[in-house]
Amino acid sequence: MSKKVQAIYLWWHKPVIDQELLQSLPNLKVIANSGVGMDHLDLKLVASFGVKMANAPNAVSSSTADTGMGLLLASARRLVEGYHIAISAGMEYCEADFLGVEVTGATLGIIGMGNIGYKIALGAKAFEMNILYHNRTRRKEQEEQAVGATYCEKMDSLLQRADFVMVVVSLTPQTHKLIGKREMELMKPTATLINISRGAVIDQEALVTALQTGVIRAAALDVTYPGPLPRDHTLLKLKNVIITPHLGIKTDKATYMITEEAVENILAALNGLPIPSEVLPS
Amino acid sequence: MWYHKPVINEELLQSLPNLKIVASSGVGIDHLDPNLLSRYGVKLSNTPFVVSTDTADLGMALMLASSRRLVEGYQMAVSPDTEYFPADWLGAELSGATLGIVGMGTIGYKVAERAKAFEMKILYHNRNQRNKEEESAVGAIYCKKIEDLLHQSDFVLLSVNLTAQTHKLIGKRELELMKPTATLINISRGLVVDQDALVEALHNKVIKAAALDVTYPEPLPRDHPLLKLKNVIITPHIGSATKKTRRLMMENMTESIQAGLTGLPIPNEVL
Repeated sequence: MSKKVQAIYLWWHKPVIDQELLQSLPNLKVIANSGVGMDHLDLKLVASFGVKMANAPNAVSSSTADTGMGLLLASARRLVEGYHIAISAGMEYCEADFLGVEVTGATLGIIGMGNIGYKIALGAKAFEMNILYHNRTRRKEQEEQAVGATYCEKMDSLLQRADFVMVVVSLTPQTHKLIGKREMELMKPTATLINISRGAVIDQEALVTALQTGVIRAAALDVTYPGPLPRDHTLLKLKNVIITPHLGIKTDKATYMITEEAVENILAALNGLPIPSEVLPS
Repeated sequence: MWYHKPVINEELLQSLPNLKIVASSGVGIDHLDPNLLSRYGVKLSNTPFVVSTDTADLGMALMLASSRRLVEGYQMAVSPDTEYFPADWLGAELSGATLGIVGMGTIGYKVAERAKAFEMKILYHNRNQRNKEEESAVGAIYCKKIEDLLHQSDFVLLSVNLTAQTHKLIGKRELELMKPTATLINISRGLVVDQDALVEALHNKVIKAAALDVTYPEPLPRDHPLLKLKNVIITPHIGSATKKTRRLMMENMTESIQAGLTGLPIPNEVL
């Protein structure tokens, strides 16, 4: 059986691609990933077996960007807390005290302005948000103007000015714990941190402290490390945190498109053609 | 007046002979009787425009939260029983979906502006059609008959004011005209929807889900079926609940009161 396997479609990081598996599949030609992130793969190891790799960068953009905006809005307006108040038995609350923060006209700082980050900017523009962004490279002027985004060469400048900080980077050795104690302390105490990248991009312990001591107002995380978190983790208990179960691409449409992209990549690899979204070890 | 308190009735008005003005917070005045106030020579004001963007923002928040099952997702993420996140757990995309806005006033229009950026197709039903420029700016198509909007929409958002004409505007019949995959979002007033019909429709999968910032009454009795349905998100009437907007509302109300007391023209007077 193992000699017949030529392609693997990796769905949610399973199966685990390690030395043992690669050795047992001598005819494996390609691994196609369901999604854009490749941080769970040892690219060099896979390449050393002569196996090609591909991700699905295009299919994920809309649904992930929508998740980012959905979390931003839910956190700003305290939607989850509000829901619990609305349905809970016999809980007295003072309506006049229950306030959120404005989204329209607020400043959004996007860290990582790739496909997903740019789509978020398009959405945020419709909410008349003031958009700042930090990226490895600056985008073209036209692209900036189309969304009214201002480039912040230094991430610190973005952190100091933003009411909402949206993290949309891929996980690499450079972005590991990109947002730590120092970065959170640069943020406004009224600011909200939203993470739709990977849990490891944020220093989670520093985040717990920052949220508990009012260094930042709130956080909304579609990703954590690990995901799911241990059931006794403090983040699960904080009122000013919304956590969602990595639902960034979990829509009918996105999963369908991701599978289409993966199949295209697999067929190309098996036919010796250029692979549309090939990922090379850097 | 905040949150409909105190109740303005004959008894109260008779006991306050020097009352000159009632300044009501928010834009809705369905809880007041303008004719009654007029008989007592008492002026009335509201705060119409300051609430618009926050309410539109909340409408979008509810639409995103409902379509992506955010509240259910949160519960899964924090539940003590969760060991892993299931792979077959899915929500619905906004891009390419059709949003039907019932009531295209200031708030409805702002919702359209926001929804356009999410690549939604926008239909609207209104007492009057908006002009061509306004329509094309948000790509909105007018549905003279509400039935046409209900048939085609994946999301139906209610942003009308509550009047005798809009009372129970969405009832059993309207819900049955909606797609079984559709979601109802209400940011108007609870009474615009026939709540009992809504419960039944959700129960029998006549529509997929609902997201309500408003109910009747507020809050609902603690044993009400709407509070228990998995496919319902309810928020405690927080459409205008941000620090900035509440401050602006208060400023507006103060201005109206000061004008009312000094006999000057009243900003935001309701006639």
